[in-house]
Amino acid sequence: MEPESKIRVLIAKPGLDGHERGAHVVAYGLRDAGFEVIYTGLRQTPRQIVNTAIQEDVDVVGLSILCGAHLSLTQMVINGLKEGGAEDILVLVGGIVPEEDIPRLKEMGVGEVFTAGTPVSAVSNFIRAAVSAS
Amino acid sequence: MTENFFLRFMDIHIKKTKTADHSWESLVAGVQARNIRAMARLITRVENREPGWKEAMKAVYPLTGSARIFGITGSPGAGKSSLTCEIAEELVKRGHQVGIIAVDPSSPFSGGALLGDRLRMKKIFTMKEIFIRSMATRGMLGGLSQAARDVARIMDAFGKDIILIETVGVGQDEIEVVKTADRVMMVCIPGQGDGIQALKAGVMEIADIYIINKADLPGADEVMADICAMLNLSSQNGQALPPVLKTSALKNQGISELADSLLSHPAGSSKDTLRREIQAREEILSLMENDVFRAIRSRWEQSGALTAEVRKMVEENKDPYSIVSELLQQIDGKADLFSS
Repeated sequence: MEPESKIRVLIAKPGLDGHERGAHVVAYGLRDAGFEVIYTGLRQTPRQIVNTAIQEDVDVVGLSILCGAHLSLTQMVINGLKEGGAEDILVLVGGIVPEEDIPRLKEMGVGEVFTAGTPVSAVSNFIRAAVSAS
Repeated sequence: MTENFFLRFMDIHIKKTKTADHSWESLVAGVQARNIRAMARLITRVENREPGWKEAMKAVYPLTGSARIFGITGSPGAGKSSLTCEIAEELVKRGHQVGIIAVDPSSPFSGGALLGDRLRMKKIFTMKEIFIRSMATRGMLGGLSQAARDVARIMDAFGKDIILIETVGVGQDEIEVVKTADRVMMVCIPGQGDGIQALKAGVMEIADIYIINKADLPGADEVMADICAMLNLSSQNGQALPPVLKTSALKNQGISELADSLLSHPAGSSKDTLRREIQAREEILSLMENDVFRAIRSRWEQSGALTAEVRKMVEENKDPYSIVSELLQQIDGKADLFSS
């Protein structure tokens, strides 16, 4: 058995919306792409997400947000990771995000934003390229 | 709010990359200094079996020995994760520092895994006394129990005095994992007869505490009676029977009694010594097995001998028994070492 480095991804749903379907699709899709996916369910606070990301030592945090509060929630998660010395963890956002907010999310440090209709393979390819480049 | 609640991570400045830019020494020192990020990083690198992992574990080992390890097993859906969450919360209330290792299976096809045990543990995510780590089985042949043991030791070195290892109670590999624990809880539920199924399957020998979870549902008393009857049948004269407890993780019933039972376990009993000897023996043998196998395999592969023999078997119909005998004979000429 050779050393095996698995890419670990946290799929998290901050905020109060209950639309879990997209997160499920992405979580299953990433599992099938060979990643270890940690899924923590609905209505997570940014603090819960940051704690989980650090304890699980994930490479990527994927935030699924469909409640419209993506700017503030994402900012809180990114701040938390930074304060935890974990700013190197790649943050991705998925869900319902208006076009004009995408540049603002990227300014905060989000690696990429995947809106509705994105094939899961686009997400897994992005993650694989980004993690192996780091 | 954000300013304050992340403050406790402020002293953590370990950069993470896939390549080892931080020495093993600094990570082990970080664990000793109770640095959460260092512990998480060290776990990842040991779990990945990155070169040097064994040296790191040699450094970790002397820092361990104070934690008690409890295994939790039972069929899928029995409520193990919810129960683990309740037990952890109860133990923290009693002043303990708790580490949780939650094992879920890897897909044998993609190698990926969906680790969902945390889903049931949300309310303890932010308790600073609790560290949760999800582990995938990664198809490691017998290696999972070693990896889980390593992770438990790292948590122990960090200062967690109780470590809960939760597995899906199916498959020999996962049974092996709980066997590394000091005490094993077997979680059954009413209505599925699965407690009895589990007993039939031989889980009997490894459990120290039987739990009927979801005891607020009808049928709990029947399951309890069944399990007690089974235990009576298999017990020898004078042997104390393991406790059988009813809990409801959902309604937080029976958790305090369960914690009492777990903690009442006297350390250093003769049964304990025997168990430790069995565990030590298994660990030494499994580590050795791994290393010997890897050494031999890599030698065969690098010399091209393995490929040549595979071809002989496929094309010339050579039998695999002779292939293995001959290859072993080549190893330092010490043929008799391997002849049996």
